[in-house]
Amino acid sequence: MTLSLFDQFMSPTLLGIPLMALALTLPWILFFKPGNRWSSSRFSALVAQFLKWFTKEIFQPMSLGGHKWALILTSLVLFLITLNMLGLLPYTFTPTTQLSMNMAFAVPLWLATVIIGMRNQPNLSLAHMLPEGTPALLIPILIVIETISLFIRPLALGVRLTANLTAGHLLIQLIATAAYVLMSIMPVVAILTSVLLFLLTLLEVAVAMIQAYVFVLLLSLYLQENV
Amino acid sequence: MPLHAQYLTRNKHKNGKIKKTSNRSPVTMADRPVPVVEKRLMDVKLGELGTWLGGRDFTPNGIIQAIRRGHDRYYNKYINVKKGGIGGVAMLLAGYVAISYLWEYDHIKHDRWRKYH
Repeated sequence: MTLSLFDQFMSPTLLGIPLMALALTLPWILFFKPGNRWSSSRFSALVAQFLKWFTKEIFQPMSLGGHKWALILTSLVLFLITLNMLGLLPYTFTPTTQLSMNMAFAVPLWLATVIIGMRNQPNLSLAHMLPEGTPALLIPILIVIETISLFIRPLALGVRLTANLTAGHLLIQLIATAAYVLMSIMPVVAILTSVLLFLLTLLEVAVAMIQAYVFVLLLSLYLQENV
Repeated sequence: MPLHAQYLTRNKHKNGKIKKTSNRSPVTMADRPVPVVEKRLMDVKLGELGTWLGGRDFTPNGIIQAIRRGHDRYYNKYINVKKGGIGGVAMLLAGYVAISYLWEYDHIKHDRWRKYH
C-alpha cells in the first residue's frame, strides 16, 4: 500500500458512495431558504449582505443584457466559496481540487459568453481579436496570439482554481507532517514550524475566498466584452 | 346545533345506549387515538416498534420527505431564530467533520499505522 502526498485528493468511498457526494451537497444544506419574514435570522442576514455586495461589484459595470446572468454567477460564487472554505476543515474533501470539476464549471460558461458574443454582435466580438493601434506589420501575429489567448481562457480558469487549492492543501499537509515529526526530535524547530503552519492556514482561508471570487469575476469580464 | 358540539361531549356506549358524560370535561385533541404509524419515534412504545417500522415510508420519495422534515426542524430550532449564534451552524459543521472522518477511516488508518512517514 503506497501512500503518496496526493492521497488526500482521492475521494474515498463508503458503501460505494464517494465522499465527494457528501461534500457537494453540503453547500446546499448549509444555506437555508429565506423564510417568510423580511429579516429571518442573523445567518440569513449575513448571507444576504454578502450577496448584495457581490452583486453590486460584479454587475455595476455590466450592461443590461448581462444582468440575466446575475443568478447563475451569484450562486456560483456562493457555491465555490463554501466548497473552498469547507475544505479547510479537518478530514473533509474539497471537490474543487479536482480539475474535472473546475473545467466543468469553466468551459460551458466561457463558451456561453463566446457564443453570445458571436451571435449578437459578431463584428464586435471578432474585432476583439485585434487591439486598437497595432502597427500594420504585427497584425497577423497578433491575431494568432489573441485567438490563442481566447481559447486558453477556460483552461486558465479551471487550472487556476485547481492549482491554487491543491497547492495550498499540499503545503498544509507537508508542513504539518514536518512539524509532527520534528516534535520528538527538535521541539523548538517544531514550534517554529507550527507558527508557519498557522500563518499558512490563514493564507489558505484568504486564498479560498479570493480564488472563488476571481473565477467569477473573470467570467463576468468575459461576459462584459461579449454581451 | 353547532357543528362542533360532538367535540365538546364524550359519549359512552353502554349496552347499546348512548350515555352522555358531563360537559365539564370536554374532549381534547390529546384524547384521540393516533394510528401507530404516524406517531413520532419518541412516542412509540417498545412493543409497537415493529409495527411502526413496518408502516413507515421507505420509498425514495418518503426518505427525501423525511430528510426534508428533519432539516426543517433543525433549521427552525437552531438557525432561523432572531438571535441565533454560531452554535447552529457549528453543530452542522462538527457533524460534517465527524461523518467525513468516518467515511475516510479505511483510508486514513494506514497513515496512523505507518512507522515511517
